[in-house]
Amino acid sequence: MLQVAQKTDDYLSRFAQLEARLAGDGAALLLPIRKKAIERFAQLGFPTTRDEDWRFTNVAPIARTAFGAATRDGEAVEAQQLATSALMQADWPRLVFVNGHVAPQLSSVGELSGGVRLESLAAVAHADPEALQQHLARHADYQDHPFTALNTAFMEDGAYVHIPKGVYLEQPIHLVFVSTADAGPVVSHPRNLIVAENGSQATIIESYLGLGDGVYFTNAVTEIVVGENAVIDHYKVGREAQQAYHVGTTQIHQDRSSNASSHAITIGGALVRNDINTVLDGEGAQCTLNGLYLVSGRQHVDNHLRVEHAKPHCDSREFFKGVLDGHGKAVFTGRIIVRKDAQKTDAKQTNMNLLLSDHAQVDTKPQLEIFANDVKCTHGATIGQIDENAMFYLRSRGLSEPAARGLLVYAFASEAIDRIQPQLLRSQLRQRLFDWLPEGHRLQDAQ
Amino acid sequence: MLEIRNLHASVEGHEILKGVNLTVTAGELHSIMGPNGSGKSTLAQVLAGRDTYEVTQGEVLYEGRNLLEMDPDERARAGVFMAFQYPVEIPGVNTAYFLRAALNSIRKHRGLEELDAADFLDWVKDKMKLVDMDERLLNRSINEGFSGGEKKRGEILQMAVLEPKLAIMDETDSGLDIDALKIVAKGVNTLRSADRAIIVITHYQRILDYIVPDFVHVLVDGRIVRSGGKELALELEEKGYAGMEQKNAATEPVAS
Ligand SMILES: Nc1ncnc2c1ncn2[C@@H]1O[C@H](COP(=O)(O)OP(=O)(O)OP(=O)(O)O)[C@@H](O)[C@H]1O
Ligand SMILES: [Mg+2]
Repeated sequence: MLQVAQKTDDYLSRFAQLEARLAGDGAALLLPIRKKAIERFAQLGFPTTRDEDWRFTNVAPIARTAFGAATRDGEAVEAQQLATSALMQADWPRLVFVNGHVAPQLSSVGELSGGVRLESLAAVAHADPEALQQHLARHADYQDHPFTALNTAFMEDGAYVHIPKGVYLEQPIHLVFVSTADAGPVVSHPRNLIVAENGSQATIIESYLGLGDGVYFTNAVTEIVVGENAVIDHYKVGREAQQAYHVGTTQIHQDRSSNASSHAITIGGALVRNDINTVLDGEGAQCTLNGLYLVSGRQHVDNHLRVEHAKPHCDSREFFKGVLDGHGKAVFTGRIIVRKDAQKTDAKQTNMNLLLSDHAQVDTKPQLEIFANDVKCTHGATIGQIDENAMFYLRSRGLSEPAARGLLVYAFASEAIDRIQPQLLRSQLRQRLFDWLPEGHRLQDAQ
Repeated sequence: MLEIRNLHASVEGHEILKGVNLTVTAGELHSIMGPNGSGKSTLAQVLAGRDTYEVTQGEVLYEGRNLLEMDPDERARAGVFMAFQYPVEIPGVNTAYFLRAALNSIRKHRGLEELDAADFLDWVKDKMKLVDMDERLLNRSINEGFSGGEKKRGEILQMAVLEPKLAIMDETDSGLDIDALKIVAKGVNTLRSADRAIIVITHYQRILDYIVPDFVHVLVDGRIVRSGGKELALELEEKGYAGMEQKNAATEPVAS
C-alpha cells in the first residue's frame, strides 16, 4: 500500500511541473480542469480489486511501476516500420502520434473537404483553446475513474476531429498511436476529441501499436460527441506490445436519432482495460458496441461496457467475442442502465467466449439497472470449448488436427471481424487473426 | 481391403460392440442392417476413428495396415470415408472452403496437385449435379440450416468429391422421401467400382430396392448374427430382427 501511495505522489509532483510549464501558454485555459482532475486522482488513488468496477482486474503492476514521461522522439520512428501495421498504404487522412506526441512526418492529413478539422489536440489547445471548451472533459467522467482523471490531468496530445453539420466524410480518419518503449518504462496519455455535428457522418479508426519490447503504459481517453441524426463508426484496434499496459476509455455521447458504433479489437498488450461507455441522450438514438479479443500467454484483457439509456426509444446492441489460449484471462462486464424516462428501450447484449486451454479464464457478467417499466432487455453470455463433434467431422474428411482447430476458431472469431466495415481494416484484422492462430496461414482463403 | 476381427468397443464402460467380424473386398457393396441401438453407428464411428469409443478387443486391418492406430484425418487421407448419420452443423465454416481443404489434403497425400479455387469449382459442380444439389449451398456454412435431405445429399456429395476407397454410409437413407432416396441411391451406384468398397448401413430394406448389395449382414446387440446375399434383406423384411436372433452364433462369421 505504501508503495502504491508513493507512485500516486510521483504523478502529483509531476503535475506541479506540468502546471509550471503550461502557465502563460494558450493551453493554460485547460488548467482548471486539469487541476480538478489531479485533485480527484489524489483522492481516488489507483483502483484495487475491492472496487466493484475493478474486481477482476488488478492494476497493481501499473500502480507500482515508476513510469517516466514519454519523450518526443517521433523522428526515431520510420514510416516503413509502420508500413503494414498502421495501414500506411491506405490513402486515409492520418495523424500519427509517437509516444503520445504528434509526428508530422508520419502523418498525412491531406485536403479535407467540407471544413472538416483533423488536428493535433495540443496544437488546438495552444492556438484555439476555445474550440475545445464545449466538449473536452465534459463527457469522460473523471470523478469516478482514476485513470480518466489521470489522463485529464496530464493529457498532452491526441486528435481533435470536428465534422461540421451535414458533412459526410467518405474516407475513414486514421489515428495511430505508436509506442517505442526501449528506454525504460514510459507513460503516455493520448486524448482525443471527436465532434460530429448534426447530420454528419464519419468513420474513425484508432490504432494502438507497440514497436519495442519494453514496458510502457498507454492511458488513453477518447470522447465522441454524436450530434442529432449524425452517424459515427468508431474502431479501436489494440495491438500494443507484449509487455505493455493499456487502459483506455471511449466515451460516446449521443443526441437524438444518432447512430454510433464502436468496435474494440484487442490482440496485444500484457494488461488491457477498455472502458466503452455510451450515453443515449436523445430519443431514437442507436448504438452498437462490438468487440473481439484474442488473448494468449499471460495476457489479461478487460472490456468494461456501460450503456446508459437516458431517453425513450433507444436501441443498444452489444456483441463481444473472445478467444482465449494459454493462461490468458478475460473480463467482460456489460452494464446497462435504463433511466426512469427511457421507456421503449431495446437493449441486447451478447458475450461469447471460446477457451482453447484449460488454464484460460473468463469472468463475464451483465449488470442491469432498469428504472423504466416498458423495456426490452436481453443478455446472454457463453463460455465454451471447441466442439468435439465438429472437430471429428472436419478431421474425418482429412483435415489435420491443427487445421481443423484453426478453422473452427477462425469461424468463431470471424463473426466479429465480418462486422468491420472498412474493407482494408477488415482484411488486415483477418490477417492478424491468421497470424494469431496455429497454422493460420493455411486458412488464408477460408473466407 | 477391410478386415474386422473380433471387434469389441465400449462407451463409458458400457460394451456396445461384442465381437464383430467382417471382411470386405474391393469392388463389393455390403449392407449392414440392424435395429435401433444395435451398434451400427458405433461400428461406423469406430472405423472412422471417433475416440469417444474405446476398442477393448480385436483388430481392424485396412489395406493391411492397423486402422485403429491411425488418426481420423490419417484414415481419411488413406481413403476411408464415413457418411454421418447425423451430419454436424458448423457455423461460420464455408462449405466450399472446407470441401476444397479436405480434397486437397487427400490429393496431397496421393501425390496429386492441389486444386485452386477455380479448378475446384469445376470439379465440384459436376458432382453437385449427381446429387441434384443447389450450387448456392457451397457458399453456406457447413450443414447449417440445411434440411434433413440436404444434409444427407451433402454427405453423398462429399463422398463423390473425395473419391474414397472405402465408403461407410451410416443410415444415409433414413428420413428421406422417395425422390431424395433415389438421388442418394444414384450417387452410391455411380460410385460403385472395382477398386472401391462400400458399406451401406441401414435400418430399412427400402434403399436396397435401388442399391443391390453383394452381401447383407444383420447386426443385433453388437454382433453380426446373420450374413447372406441380397435375399437376406427380404427375409428380414418378412420376419423382422427377432426372427434373426434365434439363428445366432451358428452362422457367423461369414462374407469374404
Ligand atoms: N456416446 C455415447 N454415449 C453413451 N451411449 C452411447 C453413445 N453412443 C452410443 N451409445 C449407446 O450405444 C448403443 C448403440 O448405439 P448406436 O448409435 O451404435 O446404435 P445404432 O444401431 O446406430 O442405432 P440407430 O438405429 O438408432 O442409429 C445404444 O444403446 C446407445 O444408446
Ligand atoms: Mg445409428
